[in-house]
Amino acid sequence: MLSVLLILLASLFFTGIIIRTKSLASGRKGPGILQPIRDVIRLFRKGVVYSETTSFVFQLAPTVYFASIVMAMLVVPFGRTAGVLSFSGDFIFFAYVLALGKFFSIIAALDTGSSFEGMGASREALYSMFAEPAFFILMGSLALLSGHTSFQEIFASLHIGSQISYALAALATFVLLMIAMIESSRMPVDDPKTHLELTMIHEVMILDNSGFDLGLILTAGYLKFAVYGALIVNLFIGVIPYQYAIPAFFFIQFMMAFAIGMIESFMARFRMSHNPQFIVVLTSVSLLIFFGVLLILQKFI
Amino acid sequence: MNLIALFTLIPFTGMLLLPFLKVKWKGLLALLVLVINATISGYLAIMSLCGDSFSYTLQGSYVTGPIPLRIDALSGWFMLIINLIFITGGLYGFSYLKAYQKQRNNLTLHSIVFLLQHASIISICVIQNSFVFLIAWEILALTSFLMIIFEHENPVTIKAGINYLIQAHFSIVFLMIGFLWVLNKTNSFDFQAITNYTASIPESASLILFLCFFVAFAIKAGFVPFHTWLPYAHPAAPSHVSGMMSGVIIKIGIYGILRMLLLVKTDFITAGYLILIVSVISGLYGVMLAIIQHNLKKLLAYHSIENIGIIGVGIGIGCIGLGTGNQVLATLGFAGALLHTLNHSLFKSLLFYTAGNVYQATHTMEIEKLGGLIRRMPQTALLFLVAAIAICGIPPFNGFISEFIIYTGLYSWLSNGTLFSLLAAIFSTIGLVSIGGLALICFTKAFGIIFLGNERHPLPETCREVSFLQLLPTYLLSLIILLIGIFPLLFIRMLALPVGLFAGTTEWALQPLQISAFAALQPISLATWILIALVGGMFGIRRFILHFRKVEQGPTWGCGYVAPTSKQQYTAGSFVRTYAKLFAPVLHVEKEEKIVKGIFPSEAKYRTRSYDKLERGLIDRLLKWNKNFMGRFVFLNNGRLQFYILYGILFIVTVLSIPVLYRNVQIFIDLLKNL
Repeated sequence: MLSVLLILLASLFFTGIIIRTKSLASGRKGPGILQPIRDVIRLFRKGVVYSETTSFVFQLAPTVYFASIVMAMLVVPFGRTAGVLSFSGDFIFFAYVLALGKFFSIIAALDTGSSFEGMGASREALYSMFAEPAFFILMGSLALLSGHTSFQEIFASLHIGSQISYALAALATFVLLMIAMIESSRMPVDDPKTHLELTMIHEVMILDNSGFDLGLILTAGYLKFAVYGALIVNLFIGVIPYQYAIPAFFFIQFMMAFAIGMIESFMARFRMSHNPQFIVVLTSVSLLIFFGVLLILQKFI
Repeated sequence: MNLIALFTLIPFTGMLLLPFLKVKWKGLLALLVLVINATISGYLAIMSLCGDSFSYTLQGSYVTGPIPLRIDALSGWFMLIINLIFITGGLYGFSYLKAYQKQRNNLTLHSIVFLLQHASIISICVIQNSFVFLIAWEILALTSFLMIIFEHENPVTIKAGINYLIQAHFSIVFLMIGFLWVLNKTNSFDFQAITNYTASIPESASLILFLCFFVAFAIKAGFVPFHTWLPYAHPAAPSHVSGMMSGVIIKIGIYGILRMLLLVKTDFITAGYLILIVSVISGLYGVMLAIIQHNLKKLLAYHSIENIGIIGVGIGIGCIGLGTGNQVLATLGFAGALLHTLNHSLFKSLLFYTAGNVYQATHTMEIEKLGGLIRRMPQTALLFLVAAIAICGIPPFNGFISEFIIYTGLYSWLSNGTLFSLLAAIFSTIGLVSIGGLALICFTKAFGIIFLGNERHPLPETCREVSFLQLLPTYLLSLIILLIGIFPLLFIRMLALPVGLFAGTTEWALQPLQISAFAALQPISLATWILIALVGGMFGIRRFILHFRKVEQGPTWGCGYVAPTSKQQYTAGSFVRTYAKLFAPVLHVEKEEKIVKGIFPSEAKYRTRSYDKLERGLIDRLLKWNKNFMGRFVFLNNGRLQFYILYGILFIVTVLSIPVLYRNVQIFIDLLKNL
């Protein structure tokens, strides 16, 4: 339960901090940190417009997308405390339940019959396919290192001992951060603030959503960030007692949001045709982690 | 004994009666006979799954020797799957074939063959005498051929049928080699002889014997590179036949492989690695080609190859677990493989039946020509969606459960292994994950383009939802798909005995929660409930809130463009274009295009056609060589009767002179020895 509470709290601020960082970096004052939440509340109060082309799939999809992320949130632990659901192999469930949300958001985009949304759907499907192996290899390496196969047990028994493991932790953070960026459609892969529909991925898929549905999708997006942030936090806090772990949680989440803001301020989005290569690089980095783990366990003779 | 007599007599009487009935009654009688036979065999199967295995020895004849009939838990599991799919397939076919009522004779043949096929496929699971097994196997091959060529006036169908027939006989050749080998050494047709024989020879020799059987069954199952018949046969057959073929007939190949694993005593580690490699390649190759197919049934056929690959991964790791004495690994591998066999039968036949509904409504299987069908056929669309989510291995449906077990197997293999096995495990994991991701692309494409958006081409006026009777079997299948998803433990308990046969665990059979991976199924079941409740709850809240808000309809937002047409929608080709470009080295896509030129362009055209690169390399090239070689002897075939008689005489003379020559040679050798 603790992890769910913390993630909910973090998700309130996360996107706001990114936006604030970006505006400060570009010399503007920028909106308040709670502005994204206010946006969502405003959306919840608005009416909706549905396209004549759409069917029940389009109406169901935002709900499923939101529910899939809530489910993923339920399996994320916080240090020693297990998530609401914790079982061996829960990270497989984590990845596949997120895929359910993706499936629905893709078909909802196709449901509108818009060529722009079809384009976004096609890209989303392809990029998430490329990103998934990295996550599974990373979790496999951690499972091998710790000898456990559930989030909570893996994170609770991870302790950073040697120099190699420092390197591994850094690499793992990098991989998880990048997966978070890809899954949430942020900068190096996708630019949520671009002005041209042709160059978007996630934003173009939800062009036709409005009102309550759009609010749900945005909320889900905030949650998703905080969920991945919590995974990264878990890499570090391990068995630290709560009085240090909880501030550490917020500190790391803040640093992550800040880092994303900085990356988005000073970096341009990749060309679409370069994205797959970049994502495949992630897979190789996670393979590096795997080999590093083999090195620690002295499997190489 | 009485049951066996009934099992053979009832279909036989049915087949005799069928030609004399009116069209309306033919289908009903066939269904009735099927249900009776399925009940008899299903009863025995359930008994064997409960631990009461059935065994009986038929007298047989002078040629065959005694014919042992044994139903152990493995046969029982497969017999249940077969009966389930045949009953739903028969029900579906009953409604599906109403459109063909005028073809009286064709329908008679079809119903007879249908019964014969069911009887032969059940016999394959039961008979343990290699000679009679081969006969049943041949009957299955021939009946499948006749089922495929139902629409035989179409030359493409005949070609696909003959392609299948030839490849099925390749399978029989390999089976015969294996059985003859054993017969030669042991002089017995009984399957038990295989075990006794292989236990007495070195492992390398028994491995070759196993591979012989493996190739034979792999052709049936559709492992790459023996898969090329599948993408032709499935689209050519009527939909209920494709559903049953994909659901059951290729699974009989899996049954064969599993049966041989029980019988042949060999080096399971090497065999396991070989199966694992072939399976990962099959899975990846199958789904990679599935994505670029624009014929719905061909797409589904390639997906069967992919799923056979996933089953194979389970068998492979199970086999390695067997070889290394790792009971947990063996249990997880075989349990995953067996459960996925059932799961794939369910969702693949559901997909084929819904594809059949689409075909009957629109008369086309070209994905590019369809679109917006969800408004015309909402129930078919919903059922297709269920199957599509299930086949991608996504919760809350059954595909996730079996893939989860296989994943857990792979991760448990990681925890104790040598460098080599660790690498194998991680690369299999990458393979399995990529298969999942690619399947997601494929089925979002298939569902999105066929059912969603606007109509891409004008659909016929008659395009509407099919009758309730035709939808009934599909609802049944989707119900089981959901049931396995939300109550996985129920089905895992049924697997206790079949898996115990392999892993040698008997105490596990009593306590299925002993292994932590299965213990994880309880929370997964809970999680699935929470997920369903969450979706339902959120949807309810949403409806409640929208009740107080203004809900409007409008055109799709065209980003400022105000005159969009349905032609501007994303097509199947454009949806997978980036993918096709990235994976170009593996794929073979022929393009035919005429680019728009000038101010007043006259004509523009763009057409792509995909082909199987492996088929071109392995089959077409060999055929070409064979043709070239045989072409050198074409002068013999000159069309003159005198010459043909001469060839005959020459042949007889040669045959007759062999003993004479042989004696002369022997005399000569003796002479040399005496010198």
